[in-house]
Amino acid sequence: MSDLTLTVMRLGFLAVLWLFVIVAVQVIRSDLFGTKVNPRSARRAAAAPAGAPNRPPQTQQSAAPAQPRQRRGAPTHLVVVQGSLAGTTVALQGQTITLGRAHDSTIVLDDDYASSRHARIYPDQTGQWTVEDLGSTNGTYLDRQRLTTPQPLQPGMPIRIGRTVIELRK
Amino acid sequence: MSTFDLSSNSNTEPARRRANTTITPQGTPNRRNTELVMLAFAVLVPMAAYANVGLAIDKKLPAGMLEYGLGMGALALIAHLVMRRFAPYADPLLLPLATLLNGLGLVMIWRLDKAGSLLASNYPAAANQLMWSGLGIAFFIGVMLLLKDHRILQRYTYISMVVALVLLAAPAFFPARAGDFGAKIWIHIGSFSIQPGEFAKIILTVFFAGFLMVKRDALALASRRFMGLYLPRGRDLGPIIVVWLLSILILVFETDLGSSFLFFGLFVVMLYVATERTSWIVFGLVMSIGGAAVVAMAEPHVKTRINSWLDPMAAFQDPPPPGTSEQIGQTLMSFGTGGVTGTGLGQGRSWLIQFAAKSDFILGSFGEELGLTGMMALFVLYGLIVQRGLRTAVAARDPFGKLLAVGLSSAFALQVFVVAGGVTGLIPLTGMTMPFLAQGGSSVVANWALIAILLKISDTARRPAAEPTPEPAPGAEPTRT
Repeated sequence: MSDLTLTVMRLGFLAVLWLFVIVAVQVIRSDLFGTKVNPRSARRAAAAPAGAPNRPPQTQQSAAPAQPRQRRGAPTHLVVVQGSLAGTTVALQGQTITLGRAHDSTIVLDDDYASSRHARIYPDQTGQWTVEDLGSTNGTYLDRQRLTTPQPLQPGMPIRIGRTVIELRK
Repeated sequence: MSTFDLSSNSNTEPARRRANTTITPQGTPNRRNTELVMLAFAVLVPMAAYANVGLAIDKKLPAGMLEYGLGMGALALIAHLVMRRFAPYADPLLLPLATLLNGLGLVMIWRLDKAGSLLASNYPAAANQLMWSGLGIAFFIGVMLLLKDHRILQRYTYISMVVALVLLAAPAFFPARAGDFGAKIWIHIGSFSIQPGEFAKIILTVFFAGFLMVKRDALALASRRFMGLYLPRGRDLGPIIVVWLLSILILVFETDLGSSFLFFGLFVVMLYVATERTSWIVFGLVMSIGGAAVVAMAEPHVKTRINSWLDPMAAFQDPPPPGTSEQIGQTLMSFGTGGVTGTGLGQGRSWLIQFAAKSDFILGSFGEELGLTGMMALFVLYGLIVQRGLRTAVAARDPFGKLLAVGLSSAFALQVFVVAGGVTGLIPLTGMTMPFLAQGGSSVVANWALIAILLKISDTARRPAAEPTPEPAPGAEPTRT
């Protein structure tokens, strides 16, 4: 085995090892930025300002007068903004989201003021996201008002359960 | 409906209908195919290393190369298929990273077996390690099959505490054997020896996660502010003092600096994550340094370690002063020989670090034969495992899962830091094994189990919240008015 072959093998192996590292980092990269937002069609894209698909809130506000349907500003995810779970997000895909201390809740609240099945957030028959208190002890508050009936939710309205605050975001 | 992107996946229709823009996940939401490709890559890299060692030492390809590669590939494939069935949404990187590190470790042990056959103290270890790796993957599969949901572990909070304490205390009561090299961390049963501390690491994390989840509100209470730190109330110091005393007891009775540091560090990290109070980290650092300093005065074994950290080259004086060890000096020399790109696999002389060359000091061999470039790649691989673990913690939707994932990944990170820091002379040497790389059955098996639990948490965290229904389900209608 000549020295040259061994040198090539040595450097080649290091290159392969680093190639693995780089590919692995690429996998994480697409994992972190996993969703690609595309304008839906040419007609819709024309209604929205060009170049803004990565800033959905602004896009939707300016598009709202053109399309006055309430589905226009539909939220896409739910964010915990305060409390021990702050930062957690759940994508809204038409499923019911249950909140509470129970282990099988979608969002398990670790909050002394939360009941085991505290509240749920679900789309009603028209697709409007709605929050309902499930008979909790300390109540669910929407904009400082205690919920007594299911209430429709708009993006950005804070839902307070104990020390946890949750919002729907677009 | 008419505005759909027709190329999109149909099972996320309702989300699309309401959304202004089409959100297209890149690739399928479960990333098992990515994992399969990475896994194939992770098997090929050690194969290349194996061929490289054979060509460098024997001038020909190693005889068992095909069998070895197929065997390792088959093990990895079984693990992958089990994940497709039982953890379909889990992280795509953890399994390939662990497979790669395990494979590289096996190659290096085999290479040290070959070169060191000149030495009397050497005995072949690669076959044994291969057996343990197989057992580790079997454990991995076992965890995948049996642990339906990581939240089940929360029920066993206090049982875990008892089991972990028994495991930690056990080596102190078993008779030591020649060849235990100072630290009493083994249990010998027949010709078989295990290190219960490796398993205690995982079980203790379960206890810490369960305990801190319940108690963290009390522990986060601050009584007063002092120099920018919120000081906890005196009575809340109870848990940290108990864990500290425990780690000091390990240090005294088993003379094991590594486990002692690992368990205390793990508790402090989890306490910090659970309460978000920086003061716990300050307390933890002061207590661990204070404790270690006092014990170092008294225990000769620990004192030797500290002396050879302060002056690694002292042992090469003639005559060597008492209470020094030449291992760290030898390892530093092997790093120096390696330089930036290394001597090439199979061409170093790191087997000259005779005892523990395959276990605690295996990084020395990697440093010599792969150089700084290779070492950096290894550390990035470890870093990626830790990052995936912490990412899982961020994504987890329940506090117990968050704490457990943080705990497991920081235990892994602390172990890598303690070993790598010790071998490179940054901190005093502690007798722990480099996860996956080093020879040591218990370590490989326990770390495979650790990866399996992380993957299980990650599967729960990344699973879509529920099956999206095309129309709002009847149950979703208001039930009370």
